[in-house]
Amino acid sequence: MAAAPSPADVAAPGSFTTIIGLEVHVQLQTATKLFCGCPTTFGAPPNTQVCPTCLGLPGSLPVMNRHAFDLAVRAALALDCTIAPFTKWDRKNYFYPDLPKGYQISQFDLPFSSDGFLEVVDPKGAFSRRVGIIRVHLEEDAGKSMHDEAAGTADSRIDLNRAGTPLCEIVTQPDLRSPQEARAWLNELKLLLVYLGVSDCNMQEGSLRVDANVNLHIPRPDGSVAKTPIVEIKNMNSFRSVERALAYEAARQWEEWQATGRELGSAPKQTRGWDDPAGVTRGQRHKEESSDYRYFPEPDLVPVRVSADDLARARAAMGVPPAGLRRMLAERWGISAYDADVLVNQGRELVAYFEELAGLVGEGKVASNWMQQDVLRTLNERGGTIDAFPVRPAALADIIGRIAAGDFDTSRGREIFAEVLASGRTVADVVASLGIAAVDDDALDALCRELVAANPKIVADVQGGKEQAAAGLIGQAKKKNPNVNPGKVRAKCLEIIRGL
Amino acid sequence: MPPDPLQLSAVELVHAVRSGDLTAVACTEAFLARIERTNGVLNAFLAVDREGALARAAEIDARRRSGKPLGPLAGLPVGVKDALCTADLPTTCASKMLAGYRPPYDAEVVARLRHADAVIVGKTNMDEFAMGGSNENSAFGPVANPWDTSRAPGGSSGGSAACVAADMAPVAIGSDTGGSIRQPAGLCGITGLKPTYGRVSRRGLVAFASSLDQIGPMARSAADCALVLEAIAGHDPGDSTSLRDEVPSYTRALDKPLTGLRIGRVPEHFAAGLDPEVARGVDEAFAVFRQLGATVHDVRLPHAHHGIPTYYLIAPCEASSNLARYDGAHYGHRAEPGKGHRAEPTNGHRADSGKERDGAAAFESPLVEMYCRSRAEGFGPEVKRRIMLGTYALSAGYYDAYYAKALRVRRLIRQDYLDAFQTVDLIGGPVSATAAFPLGEKTGDPLAMYLVDMYTVTANLAGIGGISFPCGFTAGGLPIGFQLQGPALAESLLLNATDRFQSLTDWHRRRPPLAV
Repeated sequence: MAAAPSPADVAAPGSFTTIIGLEVHVQLQTATKLFCGCPTTFGAPPNTQVCPTCLGLPGSLPVMNRHAFDLAVRAALALDCTIAPFTKWDRKNYFYPDLPKGYQISQFDLPFSSDGFLEVVDPKGAFSRRVGIIRVHLEEDAGKSMHDEAAGTADSRIDLNRAGTPLCEIVTQPDLRSPQEARAWLNELKLLLVYLGVSDCNMQEGSLRVDANVNLHIPRPDGSVAKTPIVEIKNMNSFRSVERALAYEAARQWEEWQATGRELGSAPKQTRGWDDPAGVTRGQRHKEESSDYRYFPEPDLVPVRVSADDLARARAAMGVPPAGLRRMLAERWGISAYDADVLVNQGRELVAYFEELAGLVGEGKVASNWMQQDVLRTLNERGGTIDAFPVRPAALADIIGRIAAGDFDTSRGREIFAEVLASGRTVADVVASLGIAAVDDDALDALCRELVAANPKIVADVQGGKEQAAAGLIGQAKKKNPNVNPGKVRAKCLEIIRGL
Repeated sequence: MPPDPLQLSAVELVHAVRSGDLTAVACTEAFLARIERTNGVLNAFLAVDREGALARAAEIDARRRSGKPLGPLAGLPVGVKDALCTADLPTTCASKMLAGYRPPYDAEVVARLRHADAVIVGKTNMDEFAMGGSNENSAFGPVANPWDTSRAPGGSSGGSAACVAADMAPVAIGSDTGGSIRQPAGLCGITGLKPTYGRVSRRGLVAFASSLDQIGPMARSAADCALVLEAIAGHDPGDSTSLRDEVPSYTRALDKPLTGLRIGRVPEHFAAGLDPEVARGVDEAFAVFRQLGATVHDVRLPHAHHGIPTYYLIAPCEASSNLARYDGAHYGHRAEPGKGHRAEPTNGHRADSGKERDGAAAFESPLVEMYCRSRAEGFGPEVKRRIMLGTYALSAGYYDAYYAKALRVRRLIRQDYLDAFQTVDLIGGPVSATAAFPLGEKTGDPLAMYLVDMYTVTANLAGIGGISFPCGFTAGGLPIGFQLQGPALAESLLLNATDRFQSLTDWHRRRPPLAV
């Protein structure tokens, strides 16, 4: 072990690189479990979604749910993994009350897929990171232990509803370089999996779980790099927690490094749990020996073969992934990468809404602005899904079209949007009931002449070269007739003043 | 005057019930009475379902009277090894761990038996979790061999073998992981078939070694075995390892002449260790087959002598994992919470490392204590021995030297058979090296006990079928068994050859002089 460096040897604080790899467990969106026919519905009363197989009763046998396997293949393909033509199951043996068979059916040395990547690009250009995927494998979930510590009885209760739920484990290379990147990458992964229909990725319900491995690379003045011991962080319940835990852990490792100079390899890998309320990671018990799971091939299941046809079907079911969709929207509708990112991050249904709207409006940028300033904002306030949003693309396109035609201005358009949203009536109906009618040219002419005559000060200002003074006339015109188009009022008033 | 059910073969019994010459109730009562008379001596049954069996028999009779169709095993009393799950009867695997355990479902084979209108009379004794070759590892006492009650019936399906030999049921169901149908059949003078791996569904068979376990029929003759196998064989979507191949009619292929059949004889089988009386019986059986028109040829199985070590790695490895579920947490035996137990602070000991201090075991946590004590109390010594062997062999650092190597040898053994079956149709030889041995003779010597499977384990390792049937008796009046092994899915030929043998011999008709 290297001697602890003196402070003089150590680079300035903040000059280290944070090295992060993630292990993500994702529950697959199947109706039934991985090796039996029990439903996977979340929230059922404890131990009501069980059968001899997922209870691990004597004599019970597993039968693979091919749909779960197909979903996992779809996810792995979207992560650009290589799919093994032949894969098998292994038993991971350990004792725990929420593991009724005493082993978990998993994949050890021949995972069904490996060697992929998922790129995350910060829409504001802060970073762009291609994160390698070491492997994606399929396994069964364990049940849930509920420890009743509050009662002081040390009683634990077990719910095996979750036991046997299909679970994809995704292991990345240590390619992430900051807590922000890790969070952004997880968001991108979640978006991808939701787009694929592979998982709902609901962290509150446990359908997505993340562990992170982190250490620091610290350059020394002599050009060599010191590496701090790798720490595995567990118990992070949101992507925000992941970011906070990683930031805390990087700072903690930096301090520990300065204090001890301890490097990778000098101690076994440590596991630390994230304490979210306290905002700290805490060391978990060291194991004297690393766990020995005594993996061996599961003799109750036959190996799985993946044919070219299976792969073709999985590819066909993939659809365009979020990254491709962003590029496509930007190209097709001429919107910025940032705007495309905002839209795509809202999910496939919102993108479909946008594309329908943009098609009807015939102009992507305007449609995108309405989506972001009006539709999304309202959606966020009201809650609910875009599919159930009362203002359908055709109605919104109608409003935008009338604005473009000069029937009314944008702020008036927003009022109509709000009324359509609230009442569910048609745009034409709302326009009529609000008395909104296009102001004909004669009426506009008369109104503007009246205003010019009544405002000599403004007229003088305009004549003196301050055209912006005409805004005062527009305000007055709107008060007299809310339906006037401000642009037309301005143009007409300037015309009259010039003609004086 | 209706026939005496105890004197009829299974084929005849079913025929008598279907034709109305005999009621299923009368048949069932006759065997129940026989069980009552003999079980006290033999201990072949762990549970007898008098009420259920009679109700079932009455229902079958009623159906016959109303002219409704009956299944192919109509009214046939069957003893079922206690390793198969039965929803209406306890399933204990002869272990204290599962004493009183009642499964919520029927094993696929049990369901097929019921569907075929068989009458399950009870659950038969066995070595605990099917681990043993003498039935002395039962937590509920050994089974006595009906031919000499001071001797072992063989194992692990010793209860099923004794039950058929002593006419407690015309047929029984056994399971065979390394010889557990064939060896007790041989020692009890009955016919027992271990089908090809995957031919019969394992669903509901309490697993010992999943890649080796196979359920099969035990009866007095090949014809009776054929009848039962036809009812229980076939693909089960609930067992991923079950074969999809269609099930042929085993009963209709029985009387094919054996002219031109090539039977292999392995010279190594007759090396030191084989009892001379057994060797003579086996050679006489070869002579019978020649008489039937078969030819006998020497074949080599070069890796067969690695069978026992290979088997005693693979089977315990799988068993150590299969038996992990018996931890006291969900069902089965759970140790009472420790009294006066001193809790140790968390000290990093693993779940299996309760350590001795001041003569008292100290445990990492109440949970680990519950695990350790439940398993220590619930399992017998042989089960513990195999769990430890398997756990050790699968451990990091040993896996390649033991388990992985055993898998490679297993492939060699399988290849030996494939090669041999290029030149012969079946392979014949002894089932075990000696006739039935005295109870207690081998219980102190696990290695000697392991060797009782030396002629049978290779068929399990290769996944092929084998049948065992009586081919003579020792001077002391103990049956001598003959074994035929065939290529995968050669059950028809195994049964056909055995049936032809039994058409020329009457060893299988002999009855033990059981004094009850």
